[in-house]
Amino acid sequence: MSKALPIAAPGAPAIAPTPPESAHARANASPGVPEVELRALDQLWFQVSGTVCNLRCNHCFISCSPENHSFWFLSRAEVAAHLTDSVRLGVKEYYFTGGEPFMNREMLQILEDTLALGPATVLTNGTLLPQRTVDRLAALAEASPYTLELRVSIDGVTEAMNDAIRGAGSFERAIGAVGRLAAAGFLPIITTMRTWEDAETDGMLGAFRKALAAVGYDRPRIKILPPLRIGAEADRDRPYSDVEFVDHDMMSDYPAEQLLCSGARLVTAEGVWACPILLDYPSGRLGDTLNEAAARPARLAEQACYTCWVNGAICSNMPGFTADAT
Amino acid sequence: MTGPRDPPAPDPVDGGLAGAGRIAVFGGIYSNHLAFAAAVADARAREVDAMLCLGDLGAFGPNPDKVFSILRQNAIPVVKGNYDDSIARGLDDCQCGYTDPRDNHYARLSYRYTFEKTSPENRAFMADFPDEIRFRLGGLEVLACHGSPRLTNEFLWESTTPTHFLDKLARDAGVDVILGTHTGMHWVRRWDAAEGAAAADMAGASSRAYVNVGALGRPANDGQTDVWYAIVGAEDRELSVEFVPVSYDHEALASEMRAEELPEEFVETILTGWWTTCLEILPGKERARGRW
Repeated sequence: MSKALPIAAPGAPAIAPTPPESAHARANASPGVPEVELRALDQLWFQVSGTVCNLRCNHCFISCSPENHSFWFLSRAEVAAHLTDSVRLGVKEYYFTGGEPFMNREMLQILEDTLALGPATVLTNGTLLPQRTVDRLAALAEASPYTLELRVSIDGVTEAMNDAIRGAGSFERAIGAVGRLAAAGFLPIITTMRTWEDAETDGMLGAFRKALAAVGYDRPRIKILPPLRIGAEADRDRPYSDVEFVDHDMMSDYPAEQLLCSGARLVTAEGVWACPILLDYPSGRLGDTLNEAAARPARLAEQACYTCWVNGAICSNMPGFTADAT
Repeated sequence: MTGPRDPPAPDPVDGGLAGAGRIAVFGGIYSNHLAFAAAVADARAREVDAMLCLGDLGAFGPNPDKVFSILRQNAIPVVKGNYDDSIARGLDDCQCGYTDPRDNHYARLSYRYTFEKTSPENRAFMADFPDEIRFRLGGLEVLACHGSPRLTNEFLWESTTPTHFLDKLARDAGVDVILGTHTGMHWVRRWDAAEGAAAADMAGASSRAYVNVGALGRPANDGQTDVWYAIVGAEDRELSVEFVPVSYDHEALASEMRAEELPEEFVETILTGWWTTCLEILPGKERARGRW
């Protein structure tokens, strides 16, 4: 018996998944929707700016925009109440997403509260990080024993490639922020959705390194994400096909610890969800409170769950360390 | 969610741990037999009561079988590491979970070399290592593991491990002190069990602690060629932790690595003290302190 957790990685899953052999309609799989129990609440996510974003990326899996107010901001007090609960629950990592987290006017104070307790990661588009904000972030990072990770989304190695997805001017603003963060001592994680063929990945990584070195970031951390074919991305590229979903057969002999929902919950202004991807789906909502949502299993009812099944917990900084395998 | 286990009674173990008051604890050896031999001699000179190894005998270094003779000669008990588990079971990789192509490339080179150069006898020997060893140190219940009490391949870095999370691990395992390695960087955290919060000033008796004993296999990414182990002791419930730097003939190790045609990147780490590979797993705070 081994206590080592099998690890899946984007593009190189530890468990080679076998897609369903025959195409069968999604409806045929119900009521056989697999469920995943929470093994341990290792990751606590906050939808800290709701679905409000200053950009309108055409690949956004929850279609965030300045006008999308389906989920509103979390206040510092709301986050603080959950942080208090998280101590009792033994949470290991804190993640902040949106929308664009830095549209939340209390974001820096929220990070200060969080970094007193544990490591924090912010998923940002990097367009709202002027020097004064970077300086304050650097001061927060310096004052804490815990790491503050900035994950900056850039979806192309050139302005033309990125801005076609994220909007005019977004490349220049984001890469400028990366330069400021690097100068301040951060090693931001550049997050990019794979919009190219697998065979082109090495070339893309090389081009990314060159573009980042040009702004002074010479030892970049780059995280490549698979497409999530929901929300705006379903229109930009394609939606999931009929066979791309998870059923009971696919979960037999599959280590459920690889799925984010086995070790995480997402707090929003509208309740607590199984993961950040399923925000638009009622099946993803597990309760009004963290305790309620922690006690309920996540249902792999949506086709986006297929992407997590193939690639592992893609939303984490590092995949595969979210479970109690004892 | 997984509930806490019932606190088990401490098991007597081999290697003189039972009844020991002060022990030397070695982290990842990574086939660095010269550093391992130097550390064992150093620990003996410091008159410790017992020695303990937390696994990962193989990895970056040369001639992996050499480590086993030191282990056997000194009757040092070993907790199974992820590398030991992989080699013993003939898995495809070391279970570190790299996604970066460069890190994966070097991890595979290292793993294949170690697998091919480890004798069948030593592979079988590793298969019998326990996942954890529990013992009493003074008045403290101690659990020795490789990664964490729940997962052999869980990284517990100083900057990504909240005190309340450590407290949960200790409570679930029913122990006062957790000893681990896996990351290759040594650090210690002590806290008040009643509050589960970090105690800034722990001059007095501590109730709970986590000790990452570091690694003997490669330097701590600090620009120094020394490697590290820990001496852990207890009088009643008062824990003492001393991190010990070990100087050894790192140039001889580098020569042996080159003779074995191991990657020059691994040799560079031994000679400079800066990690050159397996960097992806480092949190930003720890990685920013290094050169690469």
